[in-house]
Amino acid sequence: MLDKVGIAKRIAKEVKDGFYVNLGIGIPTLVANYVPEGMNVEFQSENGILGMGPFPYEGEEDPDLINAGKQTITSLPGASFFDSATSFGMIRGKHVDLTILGAMEVSEQGDIANWKIPGKMVKGMGGAMDLVASAENIIVAMMHVNKAGESKILKECSLPLTGVKCVKKIVTELAVMEVTDKGIKLLERAPGVSVEDIVKATEVTLIIEGDIPEMSI
Amino acid sequence: MINKKVAGVKEALADIKNDMTIMLGGFGLCGIPENSIAELVEKNVTGLTCISNNAGVDNFGLGLLLQKRQIKKMISSYVGENAEFERQMLSGELEVELTPQGTLAEKCRAAQMGIPGFYTPAGYGTEVAEGKEVREFHGKPHILELAFEADFAIVKAWKGDEAGNLIFKGTARNFNACMAGAAKITVAEVEELVPAGQLDPNEIHVPGIFVKRIFQGKNYEKRIEQRTVRSKN
Repeated sequence: MLDKVGIAKRIAKEVKDGFYVNLGIGIPTLVANYVPEGMNVEFQSENGILGMGPFPYEGEEDPDLINAGKQTITSLPGASFFDSATSFGMIRGKHVDLTILGAMEVSEQGDIANWKIPGKMVKGMGGAMDLVASAENIIVAMMHVNKAGESKILKECSLPLTGVKCVKKIVTELAVMEVTDKGIKLLERAPGVSVEDIVKATEVTLIIEGDIPEMSI
Repeated sequence: MINKKVAGVKEALADIKNDMTIMLGGFGLCGIPENSIAELVEKNVTGLTCISNNAGVDNFGLGLLLQKRQIKKMISSYVGENAEFERQMLSGELEVELTPQGTLAEKCRAAQMGIPGFYTPAGYGTEVAEGKEVREFHGKPHILELAFEADFAIVKAWKGDEAGNLIFKGTARNFNACMAGAAKITVAEVEELVPAGQLDPNEIHVPGIFVKRIFQGKNYEKRIEQRTVRSKN
């Protein structure tokens, strides 16, 4: 079974040379730490930077330089700053190659819910609806089950949707799965996790073809 | 040169009245018009509709207006950092229109550019699309979103000149550059106001035509919401 860092490490393998990548808040943010050295990747943050770098050294924080999670960051050589409309033009115009974000629920059809729990939590969707509606390549990073132990991969999402039929891949602490026209296909299992464990933790019937390899990280 | 300079925040915001719709730039606490927010608190105008990506934190930014119940309605994309906001919203005291961030930015830009509306795929199939026209382009459904109509746009820039030209720093450009010129009156507060001719025209981010009034701001706190650092070792 993977921890959050393990999930981030596995997703980092999906990042290819030359990609512009938007990372959501939470586990997705960790992915930046595990992109192989020497690979040319630029991270976009929707508040207006391409070429986002690591956190600043203590004492070098700049209040005018933050990421979408409002954390202080740095910029790398080749970086650029821009306004919010331009930022979402990059996203809507499909110039961003890969979007990685968290989710509360994902459905068999690739619907995603991650912004609201009616009556309990209303923080807003931020840029998530724009990202999932336009990105061609969306990977969800999340825990397989919720705190009550219930599957977060469902026949239909029960929470208000962020977007429909948009998720392409899901990486959890147990497995890597692909959303296909026929349903969710199991691609890889986490170290020490059996196919039976994954099936047990998942509400939908997974498509399982042949031997499911253990993921390498 | 058409001079846009006013003496200060009081003159710049003198004609803001109760029940007006006001756009305010910034992302989180980054690039917010601190001087103007303080003046709105001081003026105690009420019944405001505020268009702003976020709603500040409990004791800074728009949170200051929320504490004094000056805001009737918020139009934002993300409001997660503010407990008083959440309380007022869940109790029904505050009306809230949550809008996808890219749609929010484009509704500003459309107002700025004289475009009455636009189609976007963001929010299709969700509660954001309820009651909105849906139209397919290239086989994909899009929803119709309309440009904002606001009385004031209040933006904050790093540098500005008397002609109203603006230059931003880092990620503080965010919604500020999209809101300038997107309302009947645009007010810009700047950290450094210089005479016309001192800014390089090649480096202007917002041309002065989009700004009606500009003033030299003071005492910027520029609070950091999430201070994150790494160690040198």
